[in-house]
Amino acid sequence: MSQPTPETLTGAQIVVRLLERQGVRTLAGIPGGAILPIYDALSKSVLIHHVLARHEQGGGFLAQGMARATGMPAVCMASSGPGATNLLTAIADAKLDSIPLVAITGQVPRAMIGTDAFQEVDTYGLSIPITKHNFLVSSADDLLSVIPQAFRIAASGRPGPVLVDIPKDVQNQLVEVSNWPDPGCADPVPAPAAELIDRAAAMINAATRPILYLGGGVVHSGASGTAVSLAEKARLPTVMTLMALGAMPVDHPLSLGMLGMHGARCTNLALDECDLLIAVGARFDDRATGKVAGFCPQAKIIHIDIDPSELDKIKTAHIGIAGDVGTVLQSLLPAIAAPVHDDWLARVASLKAEHPLRMPGIDDPRTPYGLIRAVANCLDDAATITTDVGQHQMWVAQAYPLRRPRQWLTSGGLGTMGFGMPAAIGAALAEPERTVVCFTGDGSILMNVQELVTAAEENVNVKIVLMNNSSLGLVFQQQTLFYGERIYASKFKGMPDFIRVAEGFGVPAIDLDQESDPLAALARALSTSGPMLIHASIAMHEQVLPMVPPGAANKEMIGG
Amino acid sequence: MNSISRSENQALARTVLELDVNNHPGVMSHVVGLFSRRSYNVEGILVMPVGNGDTSRIWLLVNEDERLDQMVKQIEKLEDVLAVHRHGAEHEVFVRLEEFFR
Ligand SMILES: Cc1ncc(C[n+]2csc(CCOP(=O)(O)OP(=O)(O)O)c2C)c(N)n1
Ligand SMILES: [Mg+2]
Repeated sequence: MSQPTPETLTGAQIVVRLLERQGVRTLAGIPGGAILPIYDALSKSVLIHHVLARHEQGGGFLAQGMARATGMPAVCMASSGPGATNLLTAIADAKLDSIPLVAITGQVPRAMIGTDAFQEVDTYGLSIPITKHNFLVSSADDLLSVIPQAFRIAASGRPGPVLVDIPKDVQNQLVEVSNWPDPGCADPVPAPAAELIDRAAAMINAATRPILYLGGGVVHSGASGTAVSLAEKARLPTVMTLMALGAMPVDHPLSLGMLGMHGARCTNLALDECDLLIAVGARFDDRATGKVAGFCPQAKIIHIDIDPSELDKIKTAHIGIAGDVGTVLQSLLPAIAAPVHDDWLARVASLKAEHPLRMPGIDDPRTPYGLIRAVANCLDDAATITTDVGQHQMWVAQAYPLRRPRQWLTSGGLGTMGFGMPAAIGAALAEPERTVVCFTGDGSILMNVQELVTAAEENVNVKIVLMNNSSLGLVFQQQTLFYGERIYASKFKGMPDFIRVAEGFGVPAIDLDQESDPLAALARALSTSGPMLIHASIAMHEQVLPMVPPGAANKEMIGG
Repeated sequence: MNSISRSENQALARTVLELDVNNHPGVMSHVVGLFSRRSYNVEGILVMPVGNGDTSRIWLLVNEDERLDQMVKQIEKLEDVLAVHRHGAEHEVFVRLEEFFR
């Protein structure tokens, strides 16, 4: 093979070339002085489509939407100072939900670092606790190793966000490049210990009241199908965390749906009775477990996770297996014997019959559950669903028939209002053949409302269903239930005209309140291509039930 | 407290951690950040480059509490940490240094 001819390139050109080689075809960001060399280089790329966000947080969530929909690392960019600080929330959100994100920020020139230069902020220091890893690049040459490493780290093991801070003079520095590094990709994960697999299989085979508890790691690992096979072979009633919804179809006979704070009574009651909990890619988050001492109090625990630091973190496992959950489940499968626990399945069935999730108004599109069900009835499993944060998020988690991994994109760990709409835009850009529906609230939508114009500009197939209860509903509900109905700072006095807001941004809108046949109007809206806002009022007093009071054990549910 | 009972107390309650890390300006922040954000006090800290200076060794003296196992796992996850070893408080690295802290 002939020796490649060396090219003399700037740091900025190297970054762009490495992104292209990495397979990045769409990224989101906002330029500014300290990242202009990279933008200049980006302007010459024929491979990369840059989506101009209108706020860096929107850009970060847009990239997250791409990453969550595909599982591949996605890229966002921002300038130094305020650009970087605006990005932080989206990065922290990616950290808590283990989303592979590569954030590239401009920094003031090296010689000015530490001088309080214009738009200088310690991006490296600020991002340490909210990234999986971060870099402050000190020479253009280093970019050749740092950029592939950033992608490798973001995608390896438990995925997460990586930030690369690049001083402006490093972006302008010329280097001779003769050999290009391979794109960064996920490191192989060591095989799980065979002895642990055998012991876990024996424990599953011996259990009389087992439950399978799936977390977001199952989705990240691409192990949903294997998890369902295990459930079927070992006849395991299965619960899912908020992050795992879609891993097993909700209407699968073994599914008990979502557990925890807003799970169905039958789900939390079954957990209370189980004698073996098989936790897979789940981290015993407090919204899932309630008071930890009261969570599955009689159960032995098998905990399978790719991140060894999750084992024994909240609950001590009887068997802890560090490894890729898909690989572990695959190796468990052949060791599972035909189990005999008909009594337990009968008990679970009777719990389901006695304490199902109650969804009042499911047939009336002017109620929360009814609206969600009406939207679902217009779509098939190919649609992707994103949400913002609040009551609407929990109603959708409870009522939308999620049946496909990566169908459901929601901010779980950080619970960030403002996530839904930009994430939906990102998901639609990554998978343009799908309809993407964002369920949002009248509070949340305003936190990144500026991205409506991005949706219009990109003409993405995003349908924003705005569930307007004139309030910060989840706060209103908590004040109603736990603060003696002292409603404070949660009822909106002023209300924007959301139809005109959307139209003003270039997004067509319909108001279901004004439609004599809301179901027909909804069906029309959802089948039209392109962005659309669908506004629907719902009553302020509607609550998400059941609810485990914060700090209480899961069996102490209110309502439902 | 006399010196004997003080060292007995340390023997019960302290651990010395030895970390091999890549030697660059951000590593210390990454390591101590894990402790500070959990308000877990680091009692003693010592760093020197090793060999040609590509790596350094960080010695940490910490109080043992029930979070220590989790701390070690978190340290092991850091990209720039190559190895972590646990020693008892009797490890002489900090003992020898004591004369500089009189
Ligand atoms: C950025 C951010 N700020 C504050 C909160 C706290 N919070 C959680 S839900 C909620 C209300 C959300 O209101 P809305 O979007 O209208 O949803 P609803 O509960 O009414 O359905 C608030 C303020 C949050 N999760 N995120
Ligand atoms: Mg609201």
